[in-house]
Amino acid sequence: MTEIIRAAWLIAVKDLRVEARSRELIYTTVFFALSCLLVFAFAFVRGGRPIPDTAGGILWVVIVFAGTLALGRTFERERQTDTLRALLLAPVERPAVYLGKLAAVLLLLAAVEALVVPVVGVLFQAPIARAPWLLMGLLAAGTLGFAAVGTLFAAMLVRAQSRDVLLPVLLYPVTVPVIIGGVLGTRAIFAPEPDFDTARLMLTMLVFFDGVFITIALWVFGPVMSE
Amino acid sequence: MRVATRLVPVLLVVAVVMLARAPFLIDAAPYESTMGLVQKIFYFHVPSALVAMTSAIVCGIASTVFLIRRRRLADHVALAAAELVVVFGLIVLVTGPLWARKAWGAWWVWQDARLTITLVMWMLFAGYLLLRRFGGAGSEVLAAAVAIFGTALVPFVYWSVNIWRTQHPTTDVVATLPPEMRWPLRWSMLAIFALSGALLILRTQLERGRAELEDAYAAVEE
Amino acid sequence: MTASRAGFDALHVQDVSRLYGRRRALSHVTLSCRAGEIVGLFGPNGAGKSTLLGVCATMIRATAGRVLYGDREARELGDALRGRIGVLGHDLFLYGDLTARENLEFFGRLYDVPNRRSRIAAALEHARLTDRAGDPVNRFSRGLRQRLALERALLHDPALVLLDEPFTGLDDESAAQLAVRLRALRDAGAIVLMATHDFDTADGLVDRAACLLAGRMRAIPAGSDRLRERYRRALTEASPTAPAASSAFAPGAASARHADD
Repeated sequence: MTEIIRAAWLIAVKDLRVEARSRELIYTTVFFALSCLLVFAFAFVRGGRPIPDTAGGILWVVIVFAGTLALGRTFERERQTDTLRALLLAPVERPAVYLGKLAAVLLLLAAVEALVVPVVGVLFQAPIARAPWLLMGLLAAGTLGFAAVGTLFAAMLVRAQSRDVLLPVLLYPVTVPVIIGGVLGTRAIFAPEPDFDTARLMLTMLVFFDGVFITIALWVFGPVMSE
Repeated sequence: MRVATRLVPVLLVVAVVMLARAPFLIDAAPYESTMGLVQKIFYFHVPSALVAMTSAIVCGIASTVFLIRRRRLADHVALAAAELVVVFGLIVLVTGPLWARKAWGAWWVWQDARLTITLVMWMLFAGYLLLRRFGGAGSEVLAAAVAIFGTALVPFVYWSVNIWRTQHPTTDVVATLPPEMRWPLRWSMLAIFALSGALLILRTQLERGRAELEDAYAAVEE
Repeated sequence: MTASRAGFDALHVQDVSRLYGRRRALSHVTLSCRAGEIVGLFGPNGAGKSTLLGVCATMIRATAGRVLYGDREARELGDALRGRIGVLGHDLFLYGDLTARENLEFFGRLYDVPNRRSRIAAALEHARLTDRAGDPVNRFSRGLRQRLALERALLHDPALVLLDEPFTGLDDESAAQLAVRLRALRDAGAIVLMATHDFDTADGLVDRAACLLAGRMRAIPAGSDRLRERYRRALTEASPTAPAASSAFAPGAASARHADD
């Protein structure tokens, strides 16, 4: 068990180091997210005011889109140098590779969200500071659920054809509960009369979802990645 | 597999006979108070939804077996089940709006959890089929992973969509059934399940035949 | 130095086939390699050399047949088996954004290599990259990357060394150095299986030679003339049935199997 954590840590650190050198993913993903927000600002603002109750939905749509992009790029990079194969060749257990990649993707998305949330707050006049811990919890649990399934699917599709299109096609239906939980919870926080109970309920559901899906992913990763 | 093959004509005959009789039974069933004739589409809508869900679970189980044991028959069953999900899911997604439009004036009724769940599952298994078709060599294994997630998803989607729709004002979608309606519903259910069972077996056989043909083709090159 | 190789001293590929859909990449390939020998794998492009190496490396699953490491299959040996295999692939397995040293550090840690510091220093020495250890790999030429990739593959002192076109992009001096390195490995008891097009260098280097043609294995008989000539002859002469040809090449392993057409 500690072996797996050690190996996962190594892989995650390596990924972050690579990213720190090129900074490709963080820049492109952040700017992609901002571009999306720009589009949404025109689509969902009416008469100078944001349409009520849309901020939560917009936030999560942007996370999903940006996340898909980041996942695709992360694995595309590995594919080009075939280093994913090098990782699978190493004498580490397969779940370690999965966890390492997941950790790296999560950190990247956390950085992106750190920027996106304030921008949403500004553009759509959403009260992001109202319940910061609860909001962060929702974001963390939701992003984790999305990334957990996304990392598995993106890794699986590395050697498939039509992989760019297939990733969202396969990923989005699976992450519907995440989106529902995230949006409902966020909306409950942002509402004129905030409903913290619903938000906490959604948080619980998301945590539960994360547990189940990470377990399945850990178990499925090994068999699915051997060619 | 032999046993299953024998079953096919039996199932088909049962299905055809029952489906032929069904319209009479449905006609004889009482009208539902608010919706009138249109509500009778529910005798096809509900069983189809159940078949779709059951097939999703079958696909998930078969995919798990395939992933662990790499038994090809499991893969064939998974593919057949996935296609059933897509076909019967489509029936649900078409009959649903037809019913909803007449009954409540709207084509799509988000409050109907069943409809929404079917949509999500349908998209997922359509994605499964797309992956198998366009993913290139080796995509059966990847698709199996997707199917496993899809099946594990069912309770979550159910729960979350139920929570979600309570946020909206609800209209009572499924009235409690008076006994005169239960009988035709059960009849219809049995007929459609028999049909789907036959289809599952046939499709699995077809897929197995195709795989054997591929093997033969590859062997010829020796 | 050979004590660490405990566990397997031979590689047996038994009747391995690999299909991609309808395409036969490998067809009933049988091959045995022992510790302390260098086996050369030749053949035209697309013949299946990389696929065979991939199967031996446990990266690719055989559609039929099996691979034995010593006397056990990969499944039984588990994850630890991969720690005893070193692979130099077509795509080099290097992270372009990381420096040479960082690449070696990462893989060294991943493989849990003992005496990591000194091994890495030695590896950089072998590759003659000590003064460029701090440069990112994507600034290296192909030849330099090749040298580094080789050292990465050998860092953990593997018992089985699989090389896919190791001489590509190397200048004469580097090629000669690589040959020396491989001989040293062989003398230390490693199993070396190498796919290459470089007949001249391979001539004095390989102990045995085989070729793959459209996924099938043909032996290249020993002889006094040059390897290139023997290879050409092996390609053009009428082939006996594939299993029979490779049985000359796999002592004992394939005798139970018979030609089936």
